[in-house]
Amino acid sequence: MLPYLIRRLWQMVPTLVGAVLLVFVLFHFFGSDPAEILGGLNATPQQIDAIREQLGLNRPWYVQLGIYLKQVATLDWGSSWTTHEAVSHIFATRLPATLTVMLPILIFDTLLALPIAMWVAYRRGSLSDRAIMVVSTLALSISFLVYIIVGQYLFGFQLGWFPVQGWSDSVLTNLLTYVPLPLMLALMVGLAPQTRLYRTFFLDELGHDYVRTARAKGLTEGSVLFKHVLRNAMIPILTNIGLALPGIFVGSFLIEVFFSIPGLGREVILAVNRSDYPVIQATTVYLAMLTMIINLIVDLLYKLVDPRVVLK
Amino acid sequence: MTSAVLPSPPPQRAPVQRSEGVWHAAWKRLLKDRVGIASLAVVALFIVLIVLTALGLVAKSWQAEVGVPNARPGFMGAAPPEAAAVIETPKGPNVDLSDVDPLAPRYKEWAERAAKLKTEEAPRAQTLPLGGDRLGRDVLVKAMKGTQTSVFVGLMGAVFAAIIGTLLGALAGFFGGKVGDFLEWLYNVFTAIPDILLILAFAAVFGRGVGSVAIILSLVGWTGLYRQVRAEFLKHSVREYVRAAEAIGASSMSRMFKHILPNVSHVIFVRMSLLVVGFIKYEVILSYLGLGVGVDDVSWGTMLAEAQSELILGYWWQLAAATAFMAVFITAFSLMTDALRDALDPKLRGLE
Repeated sequence: MLPYLIRRLWQMVPTLVGAVLLVFVLFHFFGSDPAEILGGLNATPQQIDAIREQLGLNRPWYVQLGIYLKQVATLDWGSSWTTHEAVSHIFATRLPATLTVMLPILIFDTLLALPIAMWVAYRRGSLSDRAIMVVSTLALSISFLVYIIVGQYLFGFQLGWFPVQGWSDSVLTNLLTYVPLPLMLALMVGLAPQTRLYRTFFLDELGHDYVRTARAKGLTEGSVLFKHVLRNAMIPILTNIGLALPGIFVGSFLIEVFFSIPGLGREVILAVNRSDYPVIQATTVYLAMLTMIINLIVDLLYKLVDPRVVLK
Repeated sequence: MTSAVLPSPPPQRAPVQRSEGVWHAAWKRLLKDRVGIASLAVVALFIVLIVLTALGLVAKSWQAEVGVPNARPGFMGAAPPEAAAVIETPKGPNVDLSDVDPLAPRYKEWAERAAKLKTEEAPRAQTLPLGGDRLGRDVLVKAMKGTQTSVFVGLMGAVFAAIIGTLLGALAGFFGGKVGDFLEWLYNVFTAIPDILLILAFAAVFGRGVGSVAIILSLVGWTGLYRQVRAEFLKHSVREYVRAAEAIGASSMSRMFKHILPNVSHVIFVRMSLLVVGFIKYEVILSYLGLGVGVDDVSWGTMLAEAQSELILGYWWQLAAATAFMAVFITAFSLMTDALRDALDPKLRGLE
């Protein structure tokens, strides 16, 4: 186990180096001059030079790369170019808000989609089975933007069931007052396609011989489905959740922008609009690390749900 | 096909018998799929609309302000006249200010000059087929022009992504070794960063515009296609027909692109169509956030951005038009992709 872990962690190094270099090359050689953006339209050439000097943009590229690599190694990103807030502070304060919205969405999505998917896969070809297909095609045909715009207007503004937007300092208030509307809208878009995907996983398993064997030896349908089929379908399900997990850290940016939730996704959008490179660089590198670590954890979980899996 | 199964009557042998091509067989299978044909027809209609718009035959003057601001859709009738308060005209004698007014001597001259210029006040329609926007532009025309932009971005992005993915996938699968290792590393780097973050980072760098968005999306979206093309090339590069081509002296380039590529083209095509829908959705979101198409362009995303503030005031038609155009196209395109996938490569079924 330990040698496996060490090797996997070692294999992450080249990928991480690649992500770091990609970000550096992208912003350094292709991006527009951040000093001009920060200086604004009326900045004199002297002012722009001063900004360049201050940010270290006038030094040769290898010196800048060195500084950047040092930042990556120490995880000390300095501070935002526009607000001078420490990047570490930005992460510490914005991440909780993002997770408060996104974790419930992921949990509800998964916990609702799994039983529905199992039910429609079990009743394959029935009306409910076909309905899921139609609903998921329709749900996906409209941009999430439309759901949010109409949802805020209808449920927040017209019917007044939820506040249109807002955020507070208390996690409980947030969960009970501000999260339900985005949660509901996200489920409206995501639930049907998710169910459709999980349905194919269950259908795959239901066709296997071991299901017939289990039935032949007289097991109840419940224990066939929940003990045998579910456990075998866990591998693609875990893979799917593992793929979705890194995305929830910034993937919520539309929700955060519309519902004015002070989360990480909105911060990234702001940083992109202001060409605030330290924030974008730090987010990219952190998320690359996170993605690889989640992949590793998912691989370890495979072993847990299926002892036949050999970690190599 | 059937003649191979039935023993009699003996089929008449053609002098040279060619086996049926993958595209021809797929086309015959697709023709039997009613949903597939219907969705194909809808997509074809959209393509005609896009070509006409791109040539400037339709919706060329989408920026013309033809109606009154927020004109209502035709079927709703004109907006009821608002009960406007009448401003009382001041009574009493007009005070003569010409002694103190420094501009007074020039009023006559200006009036003469103004009389020489003709201003034409175009009559503005009270209603438009699908209503008008804040400036009185026709929503129907805007939606058609927006369709052109959004679909064009999606298609161009998918084509670029297919080119990148195919080229790299072919190199990695065919040569393997050092080249393969390097490309695998590149793939790992790109997949280690969540798509949306990569898109935003590229958007920060490349700026706005139809071309930029297409390039950004393709630079982010090539990975899945690369992976599949690589697998196909790995499989095909050791097949007999490729070996035979090598034996008669075909170069690596010729083997890769003349021999193997036609045999895996259907996989690329299906993957490419899967990308289109995702790319169109990303374009809509990017344009909404102001990171997408330019200020002078209209797309479904910019229409939705305008529609948000209009909805609060009760002007729902721009939102409805953009949503309807998008929903019809995306649904038809998704169904067409499903049908194509089933017809071209049944193995890919269930792939999202």
